[in-house]
This record gives sequence, C-alpha cells and structure tokens, in this order.
Amino acid sequence: MNFETVIGLEAHVQLLTRSKMFCGCSADYATAPPNTHVCPVCLGMPGVLPVINRQAVAYTIMTALALNCTVSGYTKFDRKNYPYPDLMKGYQISQYDAPIGKGGWLGIEVDGQKKKIGITRVHLEEDVAKLLHRTDAGGEEYSLVDVNRSGVPLMEIVGEPDLRSPEEARQYLVKLRSILQYLGVSTGNMEEGSFRCDANISIRAEGSSKLGPKVEVKNMNSFRAVYQAMDYEAGRQRKAFSEGKKLAQETRGWVEERGKTVAQRSKEYAHDYRYFPEPDLPPLSISRDWVEEIKTKLPELPEDRRERFMTEYGLPLYDASLLISSKAMADYFEDATKTDAYQKLPPDKAAKEVSNWLLGEVSRIMNDNNIEIDDFKRKVEPAQTTRIAAMSSEGVVNISTAKLVMGEMFNTGKSAEEIIRERGLSQISDSGELEATIIDVINSNAQAVSDYKAGKDTALKFLVGQVMRATKGRANPVLAGELLQKKLDEG
Amino acid sequence: MKLSREEVLRIARLARLGVTEEDVDKFREQLSNILQNFEILRQVDTEGVPPTAQSIVLQNIMRDDEVAPSLPPEDILANAPRREGECFRVRAVLE
Repeated sequence: MNFETVIGLEAHVQLLTRSKMFCGCSADYATAPPNTHVCPVCLGMPGVLPVINRQAVAYTIMTALALNCTVSGYTKFDRKNYPYPDLMKGYQISQYDAPIGKGGWLGIEVDGQKKKIGITRVHLEEDVAKLLHRTDAGGEEYSLVDVNRSGVPLMEIVGEPDLRSPEEARQYLVKLRSILQYLGVSTGNMEEGSFRCDANISIRAEGSSKLGPKVEVKNMNSFRAVYQAMDYEAGRQRKAFSEGKKLAQETRGWVEERGKTVAQRSKEYAHDYRYFPEPDLPPLSISRDWVEEIKTKLPELPEDRRERFMTEYGLPLYDASLLISSKAMADYFEDATKTDAYQKLPPDKAAKEVSNWLLGEVSRIMNDNNIEIDDFKRKVEPAQTTRIAAMSSEGVVNISTAKLVMGEMFNTGKSAEEIIRERGLSQISDSGELEATIIDVINSNAQAVSDYKAGKDTALKFLVGQVMRATKGRANPVLAGELLQKKLDEG
Repeated sequence: MKLSREEVLRIARLARLGVTEEDVDKFREQLSNILQNFEILRQVDTEGVPPTAQSIVLQNIMRDDEVAPSLPPEDILANAPRREGECFRVRAVLE
C-alpha cells in the first residue's frame, strides 16, 4: 500500500530586540554569566507588572505581513499554566485565541513546482529559563536554572499540515528562516537555539482522508536534523503500519547520534494549560495606520532579491536562488560587486565570476570548516574575494593557484598580494623568463618531442604539463604552449 | 453540584499544592461555592455585549525597547531554597 506523509511545522523564533518581552533586562543573554540579566519581573516575583515591548509587537506584525497573514485589529495575551522550573512564574505569557497574525502562506518550490504552505498563526510569547542538567558525586541528578533567557521575546509561527515530504519540510524551514533574516527580526541561528522547530507528522493511505496517529517530534537542531528526523519517522510509521502494529499518538525526540527518534517519557498528566486572559496586560488594538506604516517599511524579501539578481546582474536562476537563500551570502555578493577590483573583471562576466567563487571555493571552505558566511567574512572580506577573482581572470595567477591563495587567505587572514609575494606564486607570463625552462623540457623529453614531430597532438599537452611542473604551476599555460610549439617548429 | 474528590485532587496537583484528606473535604465545599456563584452570574443576559478579557478601559500600554539595569545575581538568588554557584538548584527535571 502507498502512503502519503503529512507534516506540519511549528517554529519558535527569538526576536532581535534589545530588551526582554515584558521588562527592561537585556535580551542579549548568549555570552552573559548566569542570572545577570534578571529582574523581579522576569524572575516572576509577586506583585510585579509586565509591560509589552512595542518593538517585539512590531517585529511580529512585520513577520505576519511577510507571511501573507491577516493582522488582527484586536489582540491580547493569555496565561498558559505549566508547572515546570524553567517557567519562573508557573505560567508563560503567550497568546491563545487572539494571535497577532493568522491565515497566511509561504511559497516553496519542489522539483520546479511552486507550492503554497499555509500559515495558521503567528503569535508572541516569552522564552523560558535555561536548565542545565547535572549529576553530583553521589549520582544524584539535579538541574541548575539560569534565568537570563526567561522573558526573551519569542515568536511562534504555526504552519498548516501541508508538507508532504522531508524535503518539503526542509525547504519550508530554509525559506522561513531566510525571510526572518531578511526582515532582520531574528538571527535564525538553529544551533544557538534562536530558531527552533517542532514537527507533527503522520501518514495516511493514499486516497484516504483518514490520518494515522499524530506524532510530535522535538529536539531537531539543524535543517539536516529536521530532514533526517522526518525521513526516519515517515519510514518508522510506514513500517509499523504495514506490520499491523498500532501507532501511538506521542511525543518523540530526535537523537542525532543514533539517527532515530525515541519516545519521550509521557507526563503523568496530560497538558492542562488552563489558558485565561492575562490580567496584568491590557489588550492591544492594532491600528490600520500602524500596520500600513510597517508595510511600507518592509525590506526587500528573498524572492524580490532573486528577481533583481537576475535582472540587475544577469545571473542565472540557479546562481541567484543559491545566493539569496541566505541574506548574509547575498549581502556578501553585493558587497563584493561594489569594490574597485570588480571593475577589473570583464563587465559581461563580472557578476558570474564572483558568484562562481562564492558558490564554489568559498562554499567549499564553509562546508569543510562547518561555518557560515559571516564567519568566513571575518577572515576574508568581500573585496578580497573580488580581488582574487580579478587576479585569476587577469592571469596574474592561474585558477588552481587562485584557489590555493583563497585557502591561505582564510587560514592566515593575510591579503592575496601578500600570500602571492611570500610564496612566489605569481604566474609567469614573460616569455624570456620561461625560455630556459622550455629548452630544458625539450632536451629532457626526447620521446615526446619526436612524437610531436610525428604529428601526435597529445605530445604537446604532455610537454606543457612538464613546463607547469617545472615552474610549480606558475607558468601561464597558454603562453607555455605557444612558446613550446614555436621552439619545436623551429628546430 | 459538588466537586468530586478526584476533581479537587487534580486541581491541587496542577497547582502543585499538597492537600490532606481534611483539605479535600473543605475545598470540595469551597470550590463548589465559587462555581455556584458563577452559575448565578451566568444568568445575566449578555446578548449583544462583546466578550471582554479586561474590566479596565486601558489598552495599548507598551514600552520602548530600551534596556534597563538588571539586579545583581546576589539579590536574584537571595531567596533560592538551594543554589549552586550563580544558579538556582532544583530537583532533576525531565523533558
């Protein structure tokens, strides 16, 4: 029997505000010592009053608009009761029945087919404290609570169960993150937890409308983890079904090291959040004027930028799509085109040359070192990348040397010129300088010389190769070929 | 209608309150009274009155996104039943 996979994703996004959601403590907790960004409000002391951060609401409206949602004119906050030590108050301030945004969609492309994925709602809540799990000398397990993260604005984006494969789920998340980064509302960093994702996944027999039990999957900390977890889970459910086993509606955690999902211990009591309107926060009436103001200030979004990269720079769809998928990469590309070195590239190919470097060697270095473009940028500025592209294009160095120099630039932080000078890597394009090497190569390769004279073209290639070897790759291969041919035809 | 024993125990559990057998009887009585009062309120005709989550007329109370000083960790941890270093120490919690 054939099955269809049905996936819905829920994303939690930390917003890039300076202060927390309901108090003035700094929201920038990443490098702060434990419990230094805490005040009576986010510590949940009795008698304190939270006050809504206007910027967090503005960011949520922005996101709702970018995701084609309707922005509610009336919205409010609610208490979600949940007895857990990471919630200092014993409840989380969230939004229940009047979210800021609802009923939107996000477009993805799978195998060249455009597809709209529904967005159920976009709402605002607060992040919880961080728990550090420990075991003491006597083997007793306990937890340490660092309250710095508690109260950081958290935006929840709930997607409709419109995704039909692990690849669609991955694409949706990549696209969502790129929109958030373009809007500048979040760093979108999954490893650091500023962009988190839970999934609901079930299967149904093809043609049937009846879904199997819904399984919630948590603990996926990268795009790859989401893909792998969905792939594993879809397979597990199919197998269980075809073996006639009963699937449970449960929460499972993705265990990266084991490449599988495992059932999480179910709580003694089913969740009973007992939501009720937050009495400490008056409701919000979001005016049309405010929404319009935010709308006019929306920055360029990924799809518009892709379009512009194709028309303004003449890039192919493939290049444009890859470059814009990360805002930082697209920014790096545009910065690289605004340099003096860019003028040295042939105008009709300049953009494509820079793109080739970014999608080729630079991406390879990023993958090998498991870093993002921003980390790469700290070592190699966009202007340096353009310079190396120009040097290669002008023939100062050949392409393999250029790649070597790029690697050195990344490793040492030195400039291209410095590396070329220090290591004597510049290309020899002076015939006088090559002459002696060429005579040497002719004298010591009698067989190839006679092959050439007998009309074997490959013999010339072999001889050029010998010149390249003798000059450690520095000879301009085209010039070497010409000089060799001249010498051989003369003699 | 009086709340059942199980209902009271469940509510106590959700609120993380330890209750004795005596408490259960007392709260069955008291909580039931509260619910009865709401039954009376429900008789009010609210046709045409939009639901509200607030009894005050305030709305749109927001603050600018500005950082204000936090408290020193010593003050934050002053009431901690147990602490370790600069953190609160609590019983092991499982995801």
